[in-house]
Amino acid sequence: MSTYSLSDTISVEGSRASNSRAEAIGDWLRSSGVGVAAAIAWIALGLSCLWWPDLGDWSRTYALGIAAFVVAALALFGTLGADFLGAAGPALRRRAPWLVALGLFLTVWELATAKFAWLPLPFFPPPQAVVEVYTDDLPKLLDSVFASVKLQLGGYAIGAAIGFLTGVSIGWSRSVGYWVHPILRFIGPLPATAWLPIAFFTFPSSWSASTFLIALATGFPVTVLTWSGVASVSNAYYDVARTLGAKPSFLVLKVAIPAALPHVFVGLFMGLGSSFAVLVVAEMIGVKAGLGWYLQWAQGWAAYANMYAALIVMSLLCSGAITLLFRTRDRLLVWQKGVVKW
Amino acid sequence: MVAQAVAEPVARHAAGASLDIEHVSHAFDIDGAELPVLEDVSLLIQPGEFVALLGPSGCGKSTLLRLVAGLEKPKSGTLREDDNRIRGPHPSRVVVFQDPTLFPWRSVWDNVALGLEAQSILKSQRQRVDAALDLVGLSAFRNAYPHQLSGGMAQRVALARALVNDPKILILDEPLGKLDSLTRITMQAELVSLWQRKGLTALLVTHDVEEALFLANRVIVLSDRPARVKADILVDRTYPRHRGDPHLAELRKQILGLLGLDATW
Repeated sequence: MSTYSLSDTISVEGSRASNSRAEAIGDWLRSSGVGVAAAIAWIALGLSCLWWPDLGDWSRTYALGIAAFVVAALALFGTLGADFLGAAGPALRRRAPWLVALGLFLTVWELATAKFAWLPLPFFPPPQAVVEVYTDDLPKLLDSVFASVKLQLGGYAIGAAIGFLTGVSIGWSRSVGYWVHPILRFIGPLPATAWLPIAFFTFPSSWSASTFLIALATGFPVTVLTWSGVASVSNAYYDVARTLGAKPSFLVLKVAIPAALPHVFVGLFMGLGSSFAVLVVAEMIGVKAGLGWYLQWAQGWAAYANMYAALIVMSLLCSGAITLLFRTRDRLLVWQKGVVKW
Repeated sequence: MVAQAVAEPVARHAAGASLDIEHVSHAFDIDGAELPVLEDVSLLIQPGEFVALLGPSGCGKSTLLRLVAGLEKPKSGTLREDDNRIRGPHPSRVVVFQDPTLFPWRSVWDNVALGLEAQSILKSQRQRVDAALDLVGLSAFRNAYPHQLSGGMAQRVALARALVNDPKILILDEPLGKLDSLTRITMQAELVSLWQRKGLTALLVTHDVEEALFLANRVIVLSDRPARVKADILVDRTYPRHRGDPHLAELRKQILGLLGLDATW
């Protein structure tokens, strides 16, 4: 009886073990399957680059094809061997579906432009033409990036600082509110770009004019949201601080401002968005530098690949700036976790 | 019926201050109409007394506390802490509100340090913050943020934030009102032992007759709005008290009668 039951247990455990081994292999295949698909998509891109001849004269087709094969190899071995890559392995597996999509998109783009011209050619350059811009026109592009970042940073910092101070003063002082509020209501909703013609001939330089416009676009939302943040601070906080001996300066700096900070960050975020719009328009119209100007210049030469290249850089910069702002906010408002979900 | 008790000085260590409320009347302006809330309230509180204010909801008890705290000025009459007229808030009279109102952007330690920071003496007096946290038994939570605390813990932090200033008069505005009944019973006992150790003057607003009788050595019953002093009752029982004490039950019946609730007894 007992031996019977014992052998029974062993056989059950044996089959369980072989089961779990099969499951492990299944899991491994399932989790790297998408990686294999990604590799296939990128191999397709490489082949599409190298198989057919180009319809135009592009110098980076071969390089792009090789690069696609390299990405395919990385995707394949990276996902298959994810367990040996530490934290990078799972991260790669998580992003594998996007690698598939990107590979397919680039393949279709390559075929539709360089190989079969399904899309009209000068207006829709192939990927290798965009790559060519990054390799061959890099100095000019970097100069433009530098000019844009400088202009944006200066204008945004000035606008954010003035907006914050104005918002706190209106929220705190009734008499400041009396004078500033009507002006804010009158001028604030005006799009900053409407000032453009006036700004460019009243300011001594196009750089100072653009800085003013960017600061204006940033300042309005920052002011309004800082103000509403300060105004909505619960009176109970002030009562507590006052009974503990707080002076007015303490109430502003240590109660009103920290309590209003979540609102301020919403204002900073909105200001960032509207200042990007002003930056590009100002560069296109007045300033002879920056990515906006680069776009305009490329259009003048019908250099469409340069425009796509500049657009990609621009979107990376803008989303980078917003990510940076959000990181700063998460660090400063760590106490909010659990109170407000973003 | 109304026990007019002559308040005995209960000064244990004389750490508390006396509080003299003389003919104080107060009113709110609501849409141009004047709504009287306090009418000729006079009250002399000796140093070290624990006085509870009882009255129907909305009768003006909390307004009286705001006047004592100096957060508002009375329409007429005077309030004195020892011999000094109360003209504004001062850290010698701190309030513990019904809501803990901790600053959510500050850690527990920084919340307790608030008073010392506001008076610019934090740098030299940091050990007082640690001591106050020890006193309420929350030293382990010094780095926690308010949203991580339970209701009872948050109210203990609020108490520590008040006590760190070494107040002479502790003003308690229904501080236990929102706690669950078990936490409430624990904290009532803690309040008594704190008050006995510190010897400060305490002024408590509460809705709870039993709580008032358990904590206070004097219970003031206020009338409906505008509030007047209806009765001044001495609770002559030693601490720690027992909730089943027949004398307290007798007083409870008497107070409920004053509040017009004897039918429910």
